[in-house]
Amino acid sequence: MPNIISTDICIIGAGPVGLFAVFEAGLLKLRCHVVDALPQPGGQLSEIYPKKPIYDIPGFPEILAGDLVTNLMRQIEPFHPSFTLGERVERFAKLEDGSFQLYTTDGTEIQCKAVAIAGGLGSFEPRKPAVENLERFEGGKGVHYMVRDPEHFRGKKIVIAGGGDSALDWTNFLANVASDVTLVHRGTTFRGAADSAEKVKTLAEAGKIKLVLSSNVTHLHGNGKLAEITITGNDGRAETVPLDSFIPLFGLTPKLGPIGEWGLDIEDDAVKVNTLDYSTSLPGVFAIGDINTYPGKLKLILCGFHEAALMCQGAFKYIYPDKKYTLKYTTVNGAPSL
Amino acid sequence: MTDIRIYVEETPGQRREIIGPTDMGLSLMELLKASDYPIQATCGGMALCATCHVEVLAGPSLPEPGDDELDMLETLPVQHEGSRLSCQIRLTPNTDGLVVRIAG
Repeated sequence: MPNIISTDICIIGAGPVGLFAVFEAGLLKLRCHVVDALPQPGGQLSEIYPKKPIYDIPGFPEILAGDLVTNLMRQIEPFHPSFTLGERVERFAKLEDGSFQLYTTDGTEIQCKAVAIAGGLGSFEPRKPAVENLERFEGGKGVHYMVRDPEHFRGKKIVIAGGGDSALDWTNFLANVASDVTLVHRGTTFRGAADSAEKVKTLAEAGKIKLVLSSNVTHLHGNGKLAEITITGNDGRAETVPLDSFIPLFGLTPKLGPIGEWGLDIEDDAVKVNTLDYSTSLPGVFAIGDINTYPGKLKLILCGFHEAALMCQGAFKYIYPDKKYTLKYTTVNGAPSL
Repeated sequence: MTDIRIYVEETPGQRREIIGPTDMGLSLMELLKASDYPIQATCGGMALCATCHVEVLAGPSLPEPGDDELDMLETLPVQHEGSRLSCQIRLTPNTDGLVVRIAG
């Protein structure tokens, strides 16, 4: 059974701005569902710098990024938002009645009356090395940018490229799964965790894996399916060897991702908005926080909060064009609730 | 005199001079961005994304990169001898005359 969720506003991105949008929507009695590709709320604040202090949140001389997320989660609790975490919104359809249907990578379907994109930097995607023919073997033809299921490589001949922690960890792990593991690293030393680097060296000395240093993977060959790989040393010497899978592991880099393909006006990897209500070029779809752009844009959390408040006014008018709305103060109406 | 000159090698042998102030606590990344170079700098300057990668070609010697920066450079598919994250290079009177190339 597919998981189907119905709500007023679907917020894409559970960073600080997406979370605060739940609050502002709640004041207007609009329910929210929040989707994020990361497994926990907070966006970069939780994922990248939870222990960094932030000094420019009004009213907080200093607050740790992680604490700001905890506070925001507490602040929106009265509005009972629902969450889909660890899934990325992939597809998007606008229906005739002006409502929307969104579908995630894992098949969750979200029916909503308005969409607020609060996607921050976008989603984190694997960084691709410059290797000839790389893209020709993507999508199950032999190139894998991450190891989703180690069993896929059982008994296979694989080449891993990279020098960071994930390259070291997967080399160590897959040494016991694949039949043949080669690690190619452009440098001579590893900066990753000392014990993982040590283990890789031990495995190489024992002949369990092959370690090729000062080298890069330069060419991929094969007819429809990856068959051979060329590894070129920094001294210019090249060697071509047969393989089943190539796994380049060069970290993640933020990309706009599928949002860029929804037909919205985009400029420099950001969604163009009207600052009246942060609406995009598609009525009913709004964009707030770091993902949007407009003249004078500042990528600040506090600006994102402001954008969230104005966006909710626009979303309310989109959903209820005939309803009259007057601004209410939380000081007048007491503790917020839906 | 608080301004310094930075040279950006746009194509081999061709260098453009840009002027940067040293009294605003700017990083080289911020100066390059302000000068309309295609630098993403998605993390905003915390040495967390490696999208402000430059190659230092010549000029004064710089303070050594820190661990955060080295770890991030390590994840890049290509690293040059003078590879740095421009967000970690502060504009000071000591960086006057620096020559860089945007490494992408």
